[in-house]
Amino acid sequence: MISQPPLLQTRSGTVVEFTGVVKEFSGLRALDGFNLTLHAGECVALLGPSGSGKTTALRVLAGLESTDAGSITIDGIDVSALATSKRDMGMVFQSYSLFPHLSAGENVEFGLRMRKIKPAERRSRASAALALVGLEHHFDRFAHQLSGGQQQRVALARALVTEPRVLLLDEPLSALDAKVRVQLRDEIRRIQTELGITTLFVTHDQDEALAIADRVAVMRSGNIEQVGTPEELYSRPATPFIADFVGLSNRVVGIVRDAHAEVHGTRLPLIDPAVTEGPVRVSVRPEDIEFAAEGLAAFVVASSFLGSLRRTTVRLPDGSIVLLQHGVRIHPKSGESVFLKFTGAPVSTEPLEAASVAPHQS
Amino acid sequence: MTGGFTANGVAHAPSRTVRVTILSLIGLIFALPIAAMIEFTLRAGLVGGYNIDRWVALFQSGFTGVYRPVLVALGNSVVLAIGTVIIVLLLLVPTMLLVHIRFPYLRRVLEFICILPITIPAIVLVVGLAPVYTVVARMLGSGVWTLALAYGITVLPFAYRAIQSNIDGVDVTTLTEAARTLGAGWGSVLVRILVPNLRRGILAGAFIAVAVVLGEFTIASLLNRVNLQTALVVVSKVDPYTAVILSLLALAFAFVLLLVIGRLGAPRTQTLRRRTTVKGPA
Repeated sequence: MISQPPLLQTRSGTVVEFTGVVKEFSGLRALDGFNLTLHAGECVALLGPSGSGKTTALRVLAGLESTDAGSITIDGIDVSALATSKRDMGMVFQSYSLFPHLSAGENVEFGLRMRKIKPAERRSRASAALALVGLEHHFDRFAHQLSGGQQQRVALARALVTEPRVLLLDEPLSALDAKVRVQLRDEIRRIQTELGITTLFVTHDQDEALAIADRVAVMRSGNIEQVGTPEELYSRPATPFIADFVGLSNRVVGIVRDAHAEVHGTRLPLIDPAVTEGPVRVSVRPEDIEFAAEGLAAFVVASSFLGSLRRTTVRLPDGSIVLLQHGVRIHPKSGESVFLKFTGAPVSTEPLEAASVAPHQS
Repeated sequence: MTGGFTANGVAHAPSRTVRVTILSLIGLIFALPIAAMIEFTLRAGLVGGYNIDRWVALFQSGFTGVYRPVLVALGNSVVLAIGTVIIVLLLLVPTMLLVHIRFPYLRRVLEFICILPITIPAIVLVVGLAPVYTVVARMLGSGVWTLALAYGITVLPFAYRAIQSNIDGVDVTTLTEAARTLGAGWGSVLVRILVPNLRRGILAGAFIAVAVVLGEFTIASLLNRVNLQTALVVVSKVDPYTAVILSLLALAFAFVLLLVIGRLGAPRTQTLRRRTTVKGPA
């Protein structure tokens, strides 16, 4: 054990660019002209439901899948034809991927061994990498002696020790329990910013994406529906799909008229004023509806306490169900009749006939 | 490693009594014919009584004379066993891994092909093999080892199952992908990652191959080759008592051989386990 582990080198981040990437699996388009640029040192989260192509995008970048069309460049050099082993990537997988016959330290050393680095240097760099993830005392442990969270930490150390150009995280937290997940999530973010390594993080968990990423790209059927900072995505979702997928959303029927959405007699500003007029489905955040002394009449169906806030389900006179999010001091009883009003935050809409996507609950 | 897996959800391990009973019962079934063989070789003629004359006579003769062919045949069988194991290791294992990782849609086809030999009686197999071997003999000569090519086919079902169950138990795809992203080429992936993790299955496959080859009679006999079993049959026609002694020795030899192969594969796991137990919790 060395007393002063040398820190891993930070390197000036790498730029990754996907241009028109197409990938088909037996006729199904997993990626359909996929475009995305990862700026130097940036962490981009690919968020989307299963089957949206997010994992395929990451695997294509890793070289684990070939592309059918389009190009992928790293620092301006096309890597489409480069073998995985030559791409200089660090990757953490969804399933536990430590080599079971090697100790944690030997696992971390593996990438260095492949790069023909001398044993002494290998060992010190592996120790440093394990120290980075807080496991410097677990060098000789085997995977079966480590908890799930520890295994993913070792996997992270293993991915980082070679100082790769890009870090690829394929739902690395999804097999962990909630508490460890949040802990490790914050740690990944800390290490990522510390090292300034360009990172692509794939997840289906919006909380994770919002917490970890500089920018989030929401994917749907092989393409990016919207890309932006977590704040942008949340406050200005381009489509109800985004509104639904990033945070909770109510979907209520309304009409677009004079560049406004009319919902239950209230005029709400539009995020995209250019939408065509007519009947629409409007996405309204639960925190954008409030209890009021007068306004839209409703009945409380249920109310649940969530610690720092309370979420109440109400039924409108037309039978539709709406969620509200409010402070814990207000405590609606089920069956109580209440009045609601909209705060007037801008909303996203979609034409009624297209509104067929199942609502997403977080 | 042992115990600890009996907690919620997982079925309880059978009790000690049940385990001992099952083991003794199976042991008895296996021991009975062997004991009968030993008893037979010790019989002192028709008058009754027992002595070890036949064993002494065989060992004093130094396996010369009529027994000489048995030794040669044993050598042949060992060569064939080695050849068959090489075929399993160099052909079957890489093929199975390649299919599992790169061409998963071929898994069913490979399984079908590998299981096929078990459904074809050896005697039918020989009908097809005989003309093939006239060609083989012309191209590769009629060396003893050429029969290993046929044995490579007959051990396929057994070796395939042993190796496949190990492959199914290890997340081969993820381990391979992890190694590749870390800069390992296909050769390193195979040697450094897959083989160490599939050692048990590969060893089991090799064991079974050895056992099958040492016990093979039909194909060798019908192709006019000499192996251990054909030689034993020849001897048994002359001297049934000695044939049984030789059978016993062959059994013991196979047992020792398997033990040795088992030892060859074992050390690494044992050192691992020892190293892990030495380390205290941090």
